[in-house]
Amino acid sequence: MKPPCYEYVAPDTLAGALRVRAECEDSVVLAGGQSLVPTLNFRLANPDTVIDLRRVAELATVDTRDGMIRVGAMTRQRTLERNEAAFARNPLIRETMEYIAHPVIRSRGTIGGSVAHADPASELPCLLVLLDGELTARSSRGERTIPAADFFEFVFTTALEPEELLVEVAFPVLEPGEGWAFREFARRHGDFAVAGAGATLLLDDAGRIARARLAACGVATTPVRLRAAEEALRGAEPGTEAFRAAGELARDAVTTVDDTAASADYRRHLLSGLVNDVLTRAAARARGPR
Amino acid sequence: MNGNHGTDHLDAEPVDGDTRYGPDDRIAISLTVNGEKVEAAVSPRLLLSDFLRGDLGLTGTHVGCEHGVCGACTVHLDGMPARSCLTMAVQVDGMEVRTVEGLAEPDGTLHPVQRAFRECHGLQCGFCTPGFLMAVTHLVENEELAETDDGLRAQLAGNLCRCTGYMGIVAATRRAAAEIASKG
Amino acid sequence: MSTRQFGARVQRNEDARLITGRGRFVDDLPLDGVLHGAFARSAVARGRITHLDTTAARALPGVHRVYTHADLGELDVTMPLLIPHPCIGHPRTQYPLAHEDVYHVGQAIAFVVADDRYIAEDAARLIEIDYDILPVEVDPAKAALDGAPLVHEDVPNNIAAHLVQVSGDPDAAFAAADHVTRIQVRVDRSTAAPMECLSTAARWDAVSGELTVWDGTQAPIGLRGALSSLFDLDEDKVRVVAPDVGGGFGPKIVFPYSNEILVPFAAKDLRRPVKWVEDRSENFVHMTHERTQIHDIELAATSDGVVLGLRDTFLHDTGSFIPYGIAVAQVASTQIAGPYRIPAIHVTFDCVYTPTVPVTPYRGCGRPQANFAIERAMDQLAAELGIDRFEIRRRNFIAPDEFPYTRPDLVFADGLPVTLDSGRYDDALAALEKALDLDAIRAEQEQARAEGRLLGLGLSFYVEGTGLGPYEGAKIRLHPITGKAYVNTGLTAQGQGHETAWAQIVADQIGVRPEDVIVVEGDTGVFDWGVATFASRAAVVSGNAVHVAAVSARARIAQAAANMLEADPDDIELENGRAFVRGTSSRGVTLAEVATMSNPLRYAFNKAAQTATQFAPTARSTGKPLPDGERPGIEVSEYYSPPHATWAYGVHAALVEVDPVTCDIDVKRYVCVHDCGNMINPMIVEGQVAGGVAQGMGGAFYEKLEYDENGVLRNASFMDFLVPYATEVPHIEMIHMETPSPLNPLGIKGVGEAGTIPVGQVIASAVEDALSPLGAPPVRQVPLSPSAIHDLLREARVSA
Repeated sequence: MKPPCYEYVAPDTLAGALRVRAECEDSVVLAGGQSLVPTLNFRLANPDTVIDLRRVAELATVDTRDGMIRVGAMTRQRTLERNEAAFARNPLIRETMEYIAHPVIRSRGTIGGSVAHADPASELPCLLVLLDGELTARSSRGERTIPAADFFEFVFTTALEPEELLVEVAFPVLEPGEGWAFREFARRHGDFAVAGAGATLLLDDAGRIARARLAACGVATTPVRLRAAEEALRGAEPGTEAFRAAGELARDAVTTVDDTAASADYRRHLLSGLVNDVLTRAAARARGPR
Repeated sequence: MNGNHGTDHLDAEPVDGDTRYGPDDRIAISLTVNGEKVEAAVSPRLLLSDFLRGDLGLTGTHVGCEHGVCGACTVHLDGMPARSCLTMAVQVDGMEVRTVEGLAEPDGTLHPVQRAFRECHGLQCGFCTPGFLMAVTHLVENEELAETDDGLRAQLAGNLCRCTGYMGIVAATRRAAAEIASKG
Repeated sequence: MSTRQFGARVQRNEDARLITGRGRFVDDLPLDGVLHGAFARSAVARGRITHLDTTAARALPGVHRVYTHADLGELDVTMPLLIPHPCIGHPRTQYPLAHEDVYHVGQAIAFVVADDRYIAEDAARLIEIDYDILPVEVDPAKAALDGAPLVHEDVPNNIAAHLVQVSGDPDAAFAAADHVTRIQVRVDRSTAAPMECLSTAARWDAVSGELTVWDGTQAPIGLRGALSSLFDLDEDKVRVVAPDVGGGFGPKIVFPYSNEILVPFAAKDLRRPVKWVEDRSENFVHMTHERTQIHDIELAATSDGVVLGLRDTFLHDTGSFIPYGIAVAQVASTQIAGPYRIPAIHVTFDCVYTPTVPVTPYRGCGRPQANFAIERAMDQLAAELGIDRFEIRRRNFIAPDEFPYTRPDLVFADGLPVTLDSGRYDDALAALEKALDLDAIRAEQEQARAEGRLLGLGLSFYVEGTGLGPYEGAKIRLHPITGKAYVNTGLTAQGQGHETAWAQIVADQIGVRPEDVIVVEGDTGVFDWGVATFASRAAVVSGNAVHVAAVSARARIAQAAANMLEADPDDIELENGRAFVRGTSSRGVTLAEVATMSNPLRYAFNKAAQTATQFAPTARSTGKPLPDGERPGIEVSEYYSPPHATWAYGVHAALVEVDPVTCDIDVKRYVCVHDCGNMINPMIVEGQVAGGVAQGMGGAFYEKLEYDENGVLRNASFMDFLVPYATEVPHIEMIHMETPSPLNPLGIKGVGEAGTIPVGQVIASAVEDALSPLGAPPVRQVPLSPSAIHDLLREARVSA
């Protein structure tokens, strides 16, 4: 289980990294290494070139402005998790990140690395899809912003072009009074989720649901928004009945087949329960407008 | 022990941002390991775990899975625990590395965590032990220990032990934390 | 008198090096100029190699040699069947490297030796292998049916072995029964997953003609025998050392694995030290597996729940080969009646070849399966007869005054009929009930059920035949310079703490501190009589050999000291490293002096030695310096051979809550009562039991190897094969009982496997109890999983 041969570059600057990225047909990016190095050790990845971003200091930033928490791709997961300004504006980020593996992995793993790896069971992609986050990709030809909904295309596959680098991940802040919750279930502590669900809940003056957002991980080839359940919740009275019904509607989002972790049937059951649970907790945290 | 991955490359230079290194090239790295300055030349694909064990002879750090699940290879990088099997040796250029060999005082006085593992029978075969010692040392020196048994077990998750059933490790962690706390 | 060390919680001697990073596992040993190996392995389950080309691999810079079976000469033979048995009608074992046929994914095909492991792996991937893929059936039940694809073309129905054993008169018992209950249960495949995978290093000394092999094995003496035979070298020219070994749990008892042939072969061929360390992904497809058995068990009982007879017919999946014989199936078959009197037993098994990793003993060795079968059946019998689960067990226990209790004609792994030596089963169950506080638990359960929570209690009573022969030995030598005692046995340890336990036994006899007893094991160059570490036998067999040797050493010391002190040997006491005349502690000599004086010397190499030279006043003697029949120094070797197995036992229970959303389990309490006879070191015993329970939890809920229909292992990594973290293992409340075994001087029974055996049943019966108010079907298979629990819940809803 040793990594294969590859060419190695450790650029000093983002511009340098983009140059190499443009030159290479088959490059992978070494950020924190917590996803990439296992795939190298198993030789599941055999890239021509590894671009190590550890020396690109300009990508390790956390900035809150314009209703967004903008996180440089090389920011360590533990750094964002413990960032108080981000927590104040969107506490769901911390609750979600506590499910990512173990602290020892989060202290090396980066935000960009996890997002670009695009494991459909992982937490950050799910959170971005839930919150309608944005991803900024840059290449030597320029920069573009990709909505989270368009970014995750398939298992380990994103909208990034081979010459592009993911440079920034933007998490929208929560609305005042918006309720929130994330929960996932893994058979063993810290493992990838069998299924996970996140929710935000905004109430109107009458205490009814003005906006519900729901997303799930671990149930399909990408993280998914649970649109049918969201629709059904709009205007509904928050409570057991509505949340249970939303859980039932969520079952159809499961498209994975039986695997060694779970049967598809059980995953549907689990997701429906998790959706019910995150809605219940989000509702408890939601406040109507003053 | 890693053949030509070793340090017999006196002409190796520190990493240069514009150079693309081939698999047979060697990159000079400079780091501190257990308080001692180390200069070495490494292949770009050499894992930190193999560098520590093979090139530096620090065989206390063990390799149990090489995919980041078991934690046997845990070391500290700039004071934070990390999997040395998921880290390339080139990545620790300029960093401070602490391994199990660096836990005891130079005069041989054991770290409270080491003592506690012995006193509480927190090890049997001893293969996972170096990783646990590094993980628990970070925990008791830097984090607040959970009050409940379940909470503490969650803090210990991320390291596998196949022998003890974890009872001794849970007890050792409590004992080491208490000793460190009592010394302020 | 000094404190007795036997029975004390002595801290471990081996820890000092292991907590400071100075362990000496095979991969830690510095070997100048060592080369590194890697295997190319079969990617298909059953196939015929049509093309094998190593050209590109050989051409890679840094590669020294690439071996295929054609390069092995005399070694290109099938490996020994280690434990032959007449019932094995179709024995098949593997070649070190595959010929044209491959029999499981992971079978070794070629071996690369290179400058480092990175290059060796690069080269292994450059080896071109094409196969004709043959049909496979991985389910042993289907593999045994007519028309199933055959693993070995000439083995009908894939049946390797078939054995029928009858004890008493089962037909009469079933005819006399008021009630017969029958079920089918299944335990699925698992792997030991020791933290250190397999490892071998070897050095060939062409000048002396000596081969030294360092190997992470449980059986260095056996491996030495195999290598001597295969390499045609005198046994004295082969030294096998098992240094620190990172967990064993059974699969490291098997030898020789391909690496144990190829690494020494390459070292001899290349005249360079060679090392190979198995990586985790190889470990899943190379190191042996265990557990898959399907039991059809029937109990014949009176209406009062007294079991008169038992019939069990089971299939045992032996994988693609049967290198360790029928051990697993035989042990299962002989433990099938558990702690119960059951006077009539009919047990039959078939060992079935499947195109999978070979199966050999893994902690428990068939006992977890047998325990699951009998205890599931007892639970069902209790339910059908309306008798409490605790009570029905009580009615069937062998009573303390019935020991020794023999099951005639049921032959255990030592070749002798099952004879349970001692036990207080009723007391153990009572202790469990008291610890649980059954009334409180029933109330809690009622309350939970009223709230719609799923809370269940499960229990399992196990017995374990431990301490198999044939024998073990021990050598004790008193070091004349330091006075420390050196102890050697033919065993090796993988975490069990022999360096401490043996030291405690010796310390009690010769009056030294345990830390001054140096235990060296696992080195055929030091001591090479004995068997190996397996089957919970070390403490029983080696422990007693060490004791016998220590008693003998004590007598020699007393005699020598008596001569020096001009006293009667019976008046000599040993304490604090000194020998002295009872009542006059000032009249004494140190053990170092005793060791020196008992060896007549010619040369005064140090001050102490002067006293033993020929002209020293103290050494003057009228007769021969070494009288006839005497030996120099204080050195003894003694042996212990048990009359038959000692039978440990225990009962575990767990209170388990099932989460209806996640279908996960939460073990709220885990209580264990066990009896392994007298304990040498309760701290070590607790560690063994707790570790066993943790492995049992894996087998109950987390760890299941899954082959797909093509014979590819789907979860060959620690990401997908879920070895529990601390979060998945409960805190264990442990109650020790000590009923000395009457069979050996120390009264010991084994404990290594005890913790693992009952856990599958404990969790299954707890989950079944938790789900019973919903009308869920019974639990018939482990490991369970959330998906399996979900299936049970769904069936409950459908039938409701």
